[in-house]
Amino acid sequence: MLSVPLIYGLAGILLFTFALRVALSRVAFLRRVLAINVAGAGIFLVFIATAYKGAEQAADPVPHALVLTGIVVAFSATALAIALARRLNRSADND
Amino acid sequence: METLIWNLFDVLLLTALLALGWSALSTSNLRKGIALFIAFGLVLSLIWARLKAPDIALAEAAIGTGLTGALLLAALRDEESAPAETSVQEPGNRFYAYLLMLVTIILTLILGWGLIDALMNRQHPGLAYDVFAQLDQSGVSNPVTAVLLNFRAYDTFLELAVLLAAVLGIRSLNITRQPYLKAGPVLSGLTVWLVPVLILMSAYLLWVGAHAPGGAFQAGAVLAAAGVLLRLSGYPAAGLPARLLIRRAFMIIGVLVFAMIGLGLMVLGRGFLDYPVAWSGSLILLIETAATLSIATILIMAFLAGESGEPEHQEKPSC
Amino acid sequence: MTELIAIALITVGLMFFIAGSIGLLRLPDLYSRLHALTKADNVGLGMMILGIIIISGDLLTSLKLILVWLLVLASSAASAHLIAQRARRRERGLWKP
Repeated sequence: MLSVPLIYGLAGILLFTFALRVALSRVAFLRRVLAINVAGAGIFLVFIATAYKGAEQAADPVPHALVLTGIVVAFSATALAIALARRLNRSADND
Repeated sequence: METLIWNLFDVLLLTALLALGWSALSTSNLRKGIALFIAFGLVLSLIWARLKAPDIALAEAAIGTGLTGALLLAALRDEESAPAETSVQEPGNRFYAYLLMLVTIILTLILGWGLIDALMNRQHPGLAYDVFAQLDQSGVSNPVTAVLLNFRAYDTFLELAVLLAAVLGIRSLNITRQPYLKAGPVLSGLTVWLVPVLILMSAYLLWVGAHAPGGAFQAGAVLAAAGVLLRLSGYPAAGLPARLLIRRAFMIIGVLVFAMIGLGLMVLGRGFLDYPVAWSGSLILLIETAATLSIATILIMAFLAGESGEPEHQEKPSC
Repeated sequence: MTELIAIALITVGLMFFIAGSIGLLRLPDLYSRLHALTKADNVGLGMMILGIIIISGDLLTSLKLILVWLLVLASSAASAHLIAQRARRRERGLWKP
């Protein structure tokens, strides 16, 4: 019952919901970016945990490919969010 | 006995992960939070290695932890030098906070029930069986590379396009860059030794991705790490080529090679990105090489535009 | 027999790591903490890698592990230097000509 995919998947869900709550709260911008990244890590954990098929068998490679794509795209989204925020700061200060 | 040790290991890893994740988001000091996030990423890489996902572990350590941590620290440095005066400081709405807590708890319960139900009642073999059945016709023997660059090559092609779109968006915001101080002897000594090693390691990861954990994304990330290291040591160009045309060429070459190979195969009468079996190994290597250059350039540029900088003068867009 | 040597080496490395962590938590000053951390962890990692090399016995793996150890040595030394330099500058103020 308590298999490896289950405990890692539940941990991923906990991370995701906790980080989502922080991302939706009234905190500093960079903390919300951090929270979105941690939420992403939680989602990846659920993917890879369900792709784990036991110690002898090879893991399912399709979720691995999805998560690999996701990690790179998450970084570029973070970079875009930070650039947008800096640009907004600059125009707000120049009023 | 052995399963007991493995269970203990799992419990330790998960406790460390959850504790680090919670404290990274709950400390008052943002710098501490980012440092804890980097440690969180390290434990996450260990978990990927434990769950038999070494490709993901490499990519997570390089991109998810290293590059993201460096980007966040650079953003923090900028925010400290030019604090946002316009942040809303009205007192938090109590009703909203309670509502958020309630929604979070309900969401956790629904997702948890979904996961337990899926794992216990709806076991499906998934696509793994088909992947392993066709693996020897895909041109590579690493199943993740086969899925990424052969069976689902279209998704990877679109992902490279998404990266390109993101970096074009970043560059279009016209954020000027302020370089770091030229490094002292210790840091420049480290850079002089590390950058060639990183370049060599990136080429190795690219080549070995066909039959062992590795591939284009990991190789591009290591190359981007070399560029970030150069930038932090005071070289403002961060290892990118000096000529504008070559820089632009590196940015687009991944998508370009992918599209040209796909269309070329269509001209030959096959489907888009439908490799003939005899050529798949070489085509995959060609695409991966172009993708490595592209990914490295795009990641470096995404980092550079996340740099701190007061707009002292409007410079010509250098992209 | 070789496994026993390897286990002994890895245990010694583990003790160095524990010593470094205790030093990180208990020592009073930034500089002494840096000292404890880098010295203990470099030797600790070296012991562990030596133990793993003895277990694996493969030449290529051993060379890769030694490369890992050298890289960790270089980067931890450089980062400890940078942290200490920054702390020193903060205490004394920036260098004035």
